[in-house]
Amino acid sequence: MVERYVMSIDQGTTSTRCILFDHGGRLVSVTQREHRQHFPKPGWVEHDAMEIWRNLERIAPEAVAQAGATPDQVAALGIANQRETTVLWDRHTGRPIGRAIVWQDTRTAALVEELSGSPQADSVRERSGLPLATYFSAPRVRWMLDHTPGLRESAERGDVLFGTMESWLIWNLTGGPDGGLHVTDVTNASRTLLMDLTTLDWDERLLAFFGVPRPMLPEIRPSTETYGTARRVLPGVRIAAALGDQQAALFGQTCFAPGEAKCTYGTGGFLLLNTGTEPVRSTHGLLTTVGYKIGEEPAVYALEGSIAITGALVQWFRDGLGLISSAPEIETLARTVDDNGGCYIVPAFSGLFTPHWRSEARGIIVGLTSYITKGHLARAVLEATGWQTREVVDAMNADSGLALKALKVDGGMTADNLLMQIIADVLNVPVIRPMAAETVSLGAAYAAGLAVGYWPDLEGLRRNWHRAAQWLPSMDPSRRAVEYDNWQRAVERTFDWIRPAGNDGHGGDPPPG
Amino acid sequence: MCRVPGPIQSIERAAAILRLLARGSGRLGVSEIANSLGLARGTAHGILRTLQGVGFVEQDDETGKYQLGAALLHLGTSYLDVNELRSRAINWADALAARSGAAVRIGTPLDGKVLVVHHVFRPDDTLQALDVGALLPTHATALGKVLLAYDASAVAALRGTLEPFSRRTITLPHALDRALAEVRDMGWASEVEEMTVGEAGVAAPIRGQGGLVVGAIGISGAVERICDVKGRPKPALVTYVRDAARAVSRDLGASRW
Repeated sequence: MVERYVMSIDQGTTSTRCILFDHGGRLVSVTQREHRQHFPKPGWVEHDAMEIWRNLERIAPEAVAQAGATPDQVAALGIANQRETTVLWDRHTGRPIGRAIVWQDTRTAALVEELSGSPQADSVRERSGLPLATYFSAPRVRWMLDHTPGLRESAERGDVLFGTMESWLIWNLTGGPDGGLHVTDVTNASRTLLMDLTTLDWDERLLAFFGVPRPMLPEIRPSTETYGTARRVLPGVRIAAALGDQQAALFGQTCFAPGEAKCTYGTGGFLLLNTGTEPVRSTHGLLTTVGYKIGEEPAVYALEGSIAITGALVQWFRDGLGLISSAPEIETLARTVDDNGGCYIVPAFSGLFTPHWRSEARGIIVGLTSYITKGHLARAVLEATGWQTREVVDAMNADSGLALKALKVDGGMTADNLLMQIIADVLNVPVIRPMAAETVSLGAAYAAGLAVGYWPDLEGLRRNWHRAAQWLPSMDPSRRAVEYDNWQRAVERTFDWIRPAGNDGHGGDPPPG
Repeated sequence: MCRVPGPIQSIERAAAILRLLARGSGRLGVSEIANSLGLARGTAHGILRTLQGVGFVEQDDETGKYQLGAALLHLGTSYLDVNELRSRAINWADALAARSGAAVRIGTPLDGKVLVVHHVFRPDDTLQALDVGALLPTHATALGKVLLAYDASAVAALRGTLEPFSRRTITLPHALDRALAEVRDMGWASEVEEMTVGEAGVAAPIRGQGGLVVGAIGISGAVERICDVKGRPKPALVTYVRDAARAVSRDLGASRW
């Protein structure tokens, strides 16, 4: 039977999707299923890992059937997943221990603050490339071990396993309790705070610092490599790649050369810059992370700028304020006016990420006068994503010593033409959307296809990349300067809003560097 | 001529439910509605679910009671925001450009013209400019012919103003009528050097709920790429365009297409 397709599994924050791609990197079939978001307490966000596994059991065969194909026509499957979300499960029964703790969850704020006070805290960033923050996995593992009686002992015996979503899915696909493979890939491991960025292995000192027993950890493998063969759901299909979703998007955008960058606009915004085979330490609030590792080749590193709130601000405009009835209508409303009317919105809903890392900041709307209409507010919402991108790009340029020449974008918000024009205007570089907006899924498929020889090399993948749209900067330089200055003054006004004495929700992310 | 059918009972009942909800406080449960109109509870429920599906009634999440829906207030204006349309169509438009090797545009009607609401470049990485927001003539483009074919009042508004752009532009009203009848028969439209010499295009309708045409999606490019040696659009390209139009329509809730 001719192997005609590669499957990608995108296990995301709100849903799981299976997509089949053909040799040209074109989408052939799509199936998707949402899972429940559990919010048991303020600041807590959980997923049911078993629900996610069952969703995959259902939609993966559906995607194959929708294409009129059979599993033996699928050359390989690759996984892209929500990063940092933490699953613990029983090796013998296959049952998760409680619910998975999601990357947005801030329950570990107090624990992180306590750990930050320790003398060894400074070495965390040096070894892992990440600031000590609630965003990453290790404090969550520690929290679960501390809050479940007997769990630490089980973990030390290796009866309880830890993984991010790709580990959980691969373990289940390869047999679960009956010989399932317990592996992770370097990009996901690089988001735990437990991996040494240069050795690409678990670091004993970091494990000791966070109190995480080594027997519960998966084996770290390259991003593209045949880990094993599925024994369930799609029996016989090779599992040949895993990447964190943002790294998958970098791969899907074919940013294979140092200096190439992409920005994915979803709930948040994530800009990743390929920095080549050496990790670049940031002095401007960026994260150092693994971009991908192809088989036995050296790992390729990336600098990452994370923006917590981009699309989520539009969702708040829709659901919180009710000023629009669907997200795309923000563009319609914003186009009813010519400019922001002097109004700026800084969406520091749970503090600010890159480059500020101010957990005590809270959002503001500034510049209100009786002249301001909902149209101006809509424009300020879109401009907030533009200026936050500018801050990240400025930090990237400063850290890398390179000047970004064009920005490749993807994600749902790229359907907003006004937003794309705003980003080109404030960055003063062209903004380019590729023909496959589903770059996360495409990246996972590319990585898997590469591992099994379905695609020969990176150059072959590059030839599949085509420009679907381009926006050129057209903003007057003096106006850009004035607007950026206004934005920066607005950002300053969000600082120090949550007072240390109140301590409510405070104490998350300390400034890195 | 076909025989004029009698009144359709379920539509009469739907109208009665809307009138009932428009009275008084306007919030009623399914049993109250069924009792008021002397309908079986299941019948009333089925009609309410259908009305809810098209946005004419809304159900309160907590009480389960029904009231008139917001869509009734906006009956005269376009019910699908153009930016919403782009957002729902973007993946299929990309796939169409990748398959056909041609530029893709999505158009909606605006003041007797075609408003380009989405544009995907021809996938050859040559320098191309985004023309979202541009207005195209209806009678000289494939996108425009699709929009005209399913909107009789737009055709009426066009009478006497069929501007020629090339030797092949349709300028006679009866010729346009014939061309539009053909579009309805085939389910797609084409344009061969009617707007610009050397250029051709193919387009098909995007339908929303109930089959209402809300826009058109099409490809365009050099005549020799779009057409065969006889000067007719290549069947494979027509299939790609119609498949993409159907996929977007399905996503928008058009069930039959």
